[in-house]
Amino acid sequence: MARAADSELQQHNAVSRLHAAFSLPRRGFFKLMGSGLFVCLARPGAFSQESGKAGRGRHELPTTIDSWLHIGDDGEITAFTGKVEVGQNVRTSLAQQVAEELRVPLASIKMVMGDTELTPYDMGTFGSRTTPQMGLELRKVAASARSLLIETAARNWQAQPTDLVVAHATVHDPKSGRAISYAELVRAQKLTKVILDDPPLTPASQWKMAGSSPLKVNGRDFVTGAHKYTSDLTISGMLYGKIIRPSAFSAKLASCDTSPAETLPGVTVVREGDFLGVAARDEISAQRAAAAIRTQWEVPGQISERDLFSRLRATPSQSQSESGDEHVTGAIDEARAQAAKTIARTYTVAYIAHVPLEPRAAVAEWKQDFLTVWTGTQRPFAVRQELAEAFHIAETSVRVIVPDTGSAYGGKHSGEAAVEAARLAKGAGRPVKLVWTREEEFTWAYFRPAGVIDVKSGAQADGGLVFWEFDNYNSGPAAMLTPYEVPHQRIAFHPADAPLRQGSYRSLAAAANHFARESHMDELAHELGMDPLKFRLKNLTNQRLRAAFMAAADKFGWGREKSSSGRGFGVAGGIEKGGYIATCAEVSVNREQVRVVRVVEAFDCGAVVNPEELSSQISGAIVQGLGGALFEAIHFENGRILNPHLSSYRVPRFSDLPGIEVVVLDRKDQPPAGAGETPLTGIAPAVANAIFDATRIRLRSMPLIPNGLPAAGANP
Amino acid sequence: MSFTLLVNGAAYSLDVPPEETLLSVIRERLGLTGSKYGCGEGRCGACTVLIEGSPVRSCSMKIGAAAGKTITTIEGLASGGSLHPVQQAFLEKQAFQCGYCTPGMILSALALLEHITAPTSEQIGRYLDGNVCRCGTYPRIIEAVHAAALSRSKPNGKSRG
Repeated sequence: MARAADSELQQHNAVSRLHAAFSLPRRGFFKLMGSGLFVCLARPGAFSQESGKAGRGRHELPTTIDSWLHIGDDGEITAFTGKVEVGQNVRTSLAQQVAEELRVPLASIKMVMGDTELTPYDMGTFGSRTTPQMGLELRKVAASARSLLIETAARNWQAQPTDLVVAHATVHDPKSGRAISYAELVRAQKLTKVILDDPPLTPASQWKMAGSSPLKVNGRDFVTGAHKYTSDLTISGMLYGKIIRPSAFSAKLASCDTSPAETLPGVTVVREGDFLGVAARDEISAQRAAAAIRTQWEVPGQISERDLFSRLRATPSQSQSESGDEHVTGAIDEARAQAAKTIARTYTVAYIAHVPLEPRAAVAEWKQDFLTVWTGTQRPFAVRQELAEAFHIAETSVRVIVPDTGSAYGGKHSGEAAVEAARLAKGAGRPVKLVWTREEEFTWAYFRPAGVIDVKSGAQADGGLVFWEFDNYNSGPAAMLTPYEVPHQRIAFHPADAPLRQGSYRSLAAAANHFARESHMDELAHELGMDPLKFRLKNLTNQRLRAAFMAAADKFGWGREKSSSGRGFGVAGGIEKGGYIATCAEVSVNREQVRVVRVVEAFDCGAVVNPEELSSQISGAIVQGLGGALFEAIHFENGRILNPHLSSYRVPRFSDLPGIEVVVLDRKDQPPAGAGETPLTGIAPAVANAIFDATRIRLRSMPLIPNGLPAAGANP
Repeated sequence: MSFTLLVNGAAYSLDVPPEETLLSVIRERLGLTGSKYGCGEGRCGACTVLIEGSPVRSCSMKIGAAAGKTITTIEGLASGGSLHPVQQAFLEKQAFQCGYCTPGMILSALALLEHITAPTSEQIGRYLDGNVCRCGTYPRIIEAVHAAALSRSKPNGKSRG
């Protein structure tokens, strides 16, 4: 599965190269921090243990630092991470974990995030890694800092470290009654400590701050409008940018007349090859200047939506062996004959858009040859690299800063707006802000991949699965393996030469693969005349997923009488990114109108760091997942997006909201897993299965009902 | 052209092109960036402001149409360091994730509570249906509006608005 995930990353990240370059903190960084205790955590084996005064030389720092922490002589604690906040609440949940290990109030922690100059290198905020990996790193750093503080106090007092205790940012000696605050302990010191070993961590069963649900640490700024997203920033002398877009994808600029714009006061036109943009003193002037430019584009013929699925099936972009995503056990060909019931079905998923409410935006400023860009991205270090390459400068001449961002959902891995703003700023000789329009965001960002998934399966009369064949074309390999026990399996991912730019989307292909697998399991259960939940449990030994299914089914009342005709129940579940998900849905169907009336979702992601925000992530993922399940789809023809507006691309609203009940299975004995993605994966198949239960109409394409329920028999 | 805007109790005289939108003026000229651009066609509600107490999509209104009228933006709600009850309820109910829709959502909710002091969940959903929360925190927002209604109804509670 890890292999599949890596391949997913390679395939779907718009910036594909992910070398582990590490930016050493500049000398200025240490000056900024002043005196105090500075603790870094290096991965074991990567570096020999060193400690000493800071500033003796950069070479002392290891190359695989994941996080660091500073305790100032004013008692302020600053934790640094390359992760970014895009609404998933990690600014708060990471601070909770630092506060927990340091035994300090949450308010005393300051998180510095997503700044390539100040924070350690980080590959990016994706893949549900922040909680299991960065949370763990920061807990280790904080726990190590706590041990160091105890050791320092013990030395001062000539006491045994084991006799001392910490609470409320103070080390106490219960025997002598002495106490000293962290601030006093680190005063006048300038200590840098690199930690390699794994310090003992506070077990989840003893958590007090972690495991609780404090309000967002900067929540007040969001309800007052004070928070500055990238699109809200202004800097001195700043101009406003606007890009003149091609009339279609892959278009070449045949000719253009920029002179009408150039004569406007205060307008700079920047043209480099097919890049064409303007910078002006305000937004309206930039819009006028852009509108004044006349362009002609040469548009090559391109694949349209009606040919999408045949195209994906017909044009593998690389050989299967290269893709490396084939999983085989047993002997499928011999097993077919052992099955009492076999079926073969095809499922499809459409391209969909992330629609982050804050579109791509960037503010770029050149000072001599040093470039600073503020931008909303999930991958500040990759965007730094993108900028360095675009302008042929060293990465050390670029700083990327990510203000807490108006959502991303996997859609902001790349730095398009950052590069464009920097190009305009360079041309204009002034800082430039560029905010994409909604139409630009719908057109020039990237999409969740469309896909075709063929599933063939067979079972014995008693419901025991015999064989399982699963071929995913283009949508991706995430969560492609089945959690059910099947002796004979062949599961493969086939990358394709896809017609639209595609990339990561919350849960990656797990949503598509769960849709295909869990729909198919339902179909097979009905063919066998078995209850869909019993059929799953019969073929499932994983105890955590079984527990999730049982918890969801119990809360939902699986098997109870339906309140009226036209109601249907559906169930789906799976395992992804360390999370165990089970979803039950109830739909009501009235003529062609389908309404999802109730959803119960059980989720186990190990020990829970922040229960209220976890529950919000789960219900939010269900709502977002409903969009892709029911009606979201990007329509395109010959290199143009046909519905690049919210008036033509439907997203879930209050009126689409079902009753949502979340069951969180808090496993304090298990390490925390990420929770931003996997809760999205169960909803589409659960709803499709519920629609079948209500109508006997099997829908095998996401979105399921973009135009209401099709007539019976209209299935492909 | 010259326009006078009355925003959050202050009067501003501005010389701006008449085709400029209210959203662009309050964000760019007045620096009140709490109102957000989301879609540019009045379909997401992120740009919502109150004009004479009614919610308006400021991205789709030309500046001239707002001139001389009383405009409230998210920056005008808190006073003397204390949050408006609707803001307080959104904060306490954790009714947002990325927060980008929150200013528009709060202003729409406030306008609803001016019409209906104790709305049902259905009434809240209907009234706020033009405000998109892409993070999907709709259940929390409904809870927050209920909480705000309750807090405003208490005789000793804060009842500004």
